[in-house]
Amino acid sequence: MIKKFDKKDEESGSGSNPFQHLEKSAVLQEARIFNETPINPRRCLHILTKIIYLLNQGEHFGTTEATEAFFAMTRLFQSNDQTLRRMCYLTIKEMANISEDVIIVTSSLTKDMTGKEDVYRGPAIRALCRITDTTMLQAIERYMKQAIVDKVPSVSSSALVSSLHMVKMSYDVVKRWVNEAQEAASSDNIMVQYHALGLLYHLRKNDRLAVTKMLNKFTKSGLKSPFAYCMLIRIASKLLEETEGGHDSPLFDFIESCLRNKHEMVVYEAASAIVHMPNCTARELAPAVSVLQLFCSSPKAALRYAAVRTLNKVAMKHPSAVTACNLDLENLITDSNRSIATLAITTLLKTGSESSVDRLMKQISSFVSEISDEFKVVVVQAISALCQKYPRKHSVMMNFLSNMLRDDGGFEYKRAIVDCIISIIEENPESKETGLAHLCEFIEDCEHTVLATKILHLLGKEGPRTPSPSKYIRFIFNRVVLESEAVRAAAVSALAKFGAQNDDLLPSVLVLMQRCMMDSDDEVRDRATFYMNVLQQKQKALNAAYIFNGLSVSVPGLEKSLHQYTLEPSEKPFDMKTVPLATAVITEQKTEIAPVATSKLPEKLAPSRQDIYQEQLAAIPEFQGLGPLFKSSEPVQLTEAETEYVVRCIKHTFSNHMVFQFDCTNTLNDQLLQKVVVQMEPSEAYEVARYVPAPSLPYSQPGSCYSLVRLPDDDPTAVSCTFSCTMKYLVRDCDPNTGEPDDDGYDDEYVVRISPCGDPSETALPIGRHVASSSLAFSLPAGGPGGDRRRPHTEGPEAQLRSSLGGGGRRVREGGDVRAVIGPDAGGGREQHRQFPGDAAVRAFRQSPGEQELPRPLPRRRVPRGPRRAAAGAAGAGGRGHHAGDRAEQRGDGGGRHPGLRGLKSPAADLGSARPGFHFFFFFLLFLSVSTQQRSHTSDVIKL
Amino acid sequence: MDSAALEPSLYTVKAIFILDNDGNRLLAKYYDTGLYPSMKEQRSFEKNVFNKTHKADNEIAFLEGMTIVYKSSIDIFFYVVGSAQENELMLMAVLNCLFDSLSQILRKNVERRCLLDNMDGVFLVVDEIIDGGVILESDPQQVVEKVNYRAGSEQAFGFVLLDYITGNMEGQADENPLSEQSVAQHITEKLALTTTVLQSAKEQIKWSILK
Repeated sequence: MIKKFDKKDEESGSGSNPFQHLEKSAVLQEARIFNETPINPRRCLHILTKIIYLLNQGEHFGTTEATEAFFAMTRLFQSNDQTLRRMCYLTIKEMANISEDVIIVTSSLTKDMTGKEDVYRGPAIRALCRITDTTMLQAIERYMKQAIVDKVPSVSSSALVSSLHMVKMSYDVVKRWVNEAQEAASSDNIMVQYHALGLLYHLRKNDRLAVTKMLNKFTKSGLKSPFAYCMLIRIASKLLEETEGGHDSPLFDFIESCLRNKHEMVVYEAASAIVHMPNCTARELAPAVSVLQLFCSSPKAALRYAAVRTLNKVAMKHPSAVTACNLDLENLITDSNRSIATLAITTLLKTGSESSVDRLMKQISSFVSEISDEFKVVVVQAISALCQKYPRKHSVMMNFLSNMLRDDGGFEYKRAIVDCIISIIEENPESKETGLAHLCEFIEDCEHTVLATKILHLLGKEGPRTPSPSKYIRFIFNRVVLESEAVRAAAVSALAKFGAQNDDLLPSVLVLMQRCMMDSDDEVRDRATFYMNVLQQKQKALNAAYIFNGLSVSVPGLEKSLHQYTLEPSEKPFDMKTVPLATAVITEQKTEIAPVATSKLPEKLAPSRQDIYQEQLAAIPEFQGLGPLFKSSEPVQLTEAETEYVVRCIKHTFSNHMVFQFDCTNTLNDQLLQKVVVQMEPSEAYEVARYVPAPSLPYSQPGSCYSLVRLPDDDPTAVSCTFSCTMKYLVRDCDPNTGEPDDDGYDDEYVVRISPCGDPSETALPIGRHVASSSLAFSLPAGGPGGDRRRPHTEGPEAQLRSSLGGGGRRVREGGDVRAVIGPDAGGGREQHRQFPGDAAVRAFRQSPGEQELPRPLPRRRVPRGPRRAAAGAAGAGGRGHHAGDRAEQRGDGGGRHPGLRGLKSPAADLGSARPGFHFFFFFLLFLSVSTQQRSHTSDVIKL
Repeated sequence: MDSAALEPSLYTVKAIFILDNDGNRLLAKYYDTGLYPSMKEQRSFEKNVFNKTHKADNEIAFLEGMTIVYKSSIDIFFYVVGSAQENELMLMAVLNCLFDSLSQILRKNVERRCLLDNMDGVFLVVDEIIDGGVILESDPQQVVEKVNYRAGSEQAFGFVLLDYITGNMEGQADENPLSEQSVAQHITEKLALTTTVLQSAKEQIKWSILK
């Protein structure tokens, strides 16, 4: 009271803040009056407010001081001032995590929650549940149950919401309150209904049958709360999606009926649910779209926004369905809320006709500077889509994009624009010159290294083939003068490409190269020297090999191999051929073009499977020193899908070893497996060198254990081997709900058997060119529980196979095939081998030409967006190589692999910009590689 | 992607905050611990939101992958933040409830000074509307009833003064049955209070005349 009115700044206007210069220590000092008798509620209230305000501002309270203040505060429970008491609850909630011994107030809160004052009861429950942990919860369980079914809505709501918060912490206890929640769900109060429904769903969401029942009940009884309806719609649409129920199901009818609800919130939720359903037909969409159309003319901005955002989504899949709304959308393009206007325009761009494009573009350019980056990206994406639809409009688009490129904006935004321009250039040859000109202008003042190198690479690729290549030289050379190392290096590479393709430019390029050789950065100097020397030879073949084509090996693989090489110094030169080739890179399909959080998630580059395995294996200390990984097989299921433990096997082949990776999944929720190992009994000269157990295998979390097998080197004829596998582990029973394991466990084992549906051809492992003249057949028959071994192969045909393969010379060697055949053998021991060695040989032989196709570079692509572009890319691929994908490409260089020196320069270019230090090593390799070139593949042969 | 984000859940509100017209935080609650865990991130988010929204009263915005509904009154801004896929109208319901409840307890003086003077009431209102991200109540009338808060604003000053002068020390007299010992203390305290209150009243009258 006094504090409040004693302010000196009382009249100094609204500029002052009574809390502005609060000091934590002063406030805590003041908190001592909590101990005074009698309690002065007003002053205490004011101090509590200050404490909460400070906490809210992010002031840090130490544990000791917080605890001290907390304990002083507990005294205030003696006062009966309502607001003060409520503020005490708030303080408890705020301090629950920073103060110690907060449970001291449990009894006071329990008293309040069961007391007569209804005003206290709800907040007391919420505060109590905030400080209660699993062990304490049992003690208040009785009160919670009563509170949930209390007739006072605020009490019931508070109890339900608090229970929901506690589900995460102690599911088991809260689960017992289902009946009470059920009862609360039929309450008259709309919020209680909503909260009860939410809690019930959370408790039952893993039980589809129960959810279905619950839905049926509530959709029939009809709820009053619009919030509860929204919740029901969400549950229903999730269930529809999971069960893949057709659109004739009663759930769909329910959602559709919600379109006629009297609450806008429910109507919108239903419309949005229908729009988001996969494979919805235009007819089913129609009612939802017409509802959204109505919303477009609502006076509420939020409703208009919601409607147009949803329509924008519809337009992506069913542009024709939205055409009916075009008129309403037209009205929105001048909306004062720029988000709405942007969404309306981008929707119209998708649905409208070619004639309206110019007008819309004009409209949007009038306010594009006012909208946030997220929406700018949406606009760019819409334009990109438009360019594919109306190629003739590219000049308008190009102008617009170049204007946008000049505006301020973040990296994501600029990248979207650059991508869009590049795609236009690729699709419309006549737009190439303007596009390149815009990009040249952009790199003159570009702060994003990634974009600059990308554009330089593009210039190097496209520039020399334009009618007047000389005009790009200036832009490129400016980069050499002005930019950072990575950009300079990319610029040198681009320059070299001009020199290589245009004879009249060659002298000038050589002069510029000379200049680049003085650069302060060694990577730039290296590149310049290298290109200079290549260009001076004036040989087309050399140019093609070292300037146009980069490397086709997988970059992570190369990095790994080089690292390995540096770890084990040897006399032998590094062999590029040991590096796995880049496989087609799976980039994540770009998520929908919508103003969702896409801008926050940059497209991730998915490294190839083998790279991932290599990474994983390299992380295991036991497998250090195995050398580079040649090949990993496809996973093979060793168990049927429904068994207790699911095991699949992946074989990793190294030069002298094989690593069997067993991915095990425990599907029993009452068991915790530890020290899981798959024991292998080899039949031949093979020996299991080491087991790496999976330390712990909790329910449904996959874990991997490994077995390292040494390939016998003294007996090269031992090409096949049979292993019988037994999984051994320590079982600890655990509580299925909490996952708490018992203290002691017992050893157990499980015979890994093989799914009888395995087709041997599926388990064939093409090793490609790395492995020569060997076909090795591994069998992993489980045999019965006894684990009996059998040899499926006879020696005769095997020998034949070897000789036939060996006779094929190098070609066959390169196409050789290592296959491990998992003999499908059901536990009964029924002879079920479908493969015969001869058969395998034939297959191996037949496959070999196909395998040779494999290493061929695939056309370079950024993101596989559409079949049309993919086709265009393939057509234009020519001898051009490709890269491990996005990441590598952004570094500014593409390339292919060439026999011989194998693009030793280009990898340096790529790794060099990413990892300083590597490039020097590469240059060193350049000299060594002459010998490498001569070497045959003999060192690669797995001697078996 | 969208259906995954629309996971049926009661956790609707990611954050709620009130800023003044310089973008300073008056109150902020973040309910999703994964979202902006540190104070620094929260502040920069608030700053970004404020910069993008304070110029035009557009009601709704989409920033940093978040749907934000907002409303301004004189010199303060109210924001409610939800996920990108959240039902915008639900967020609006929360915002409207917050605004209307505050407008009632502040007797329609929804401005910075008045709000700061009744910060305790504001904390309680927010606590009644949202609990850990779950919408607890959306009817402003209910919220005001539950909070049952009397704004100690300047308008009420006269009444409070009257209470003091007439000796109706609210709350205090009834809750502490006067022991003999405390009587003297009580009286001195009361006298001291009255003097200060009178003094400040005098000053106030002086100021209002001078104005």
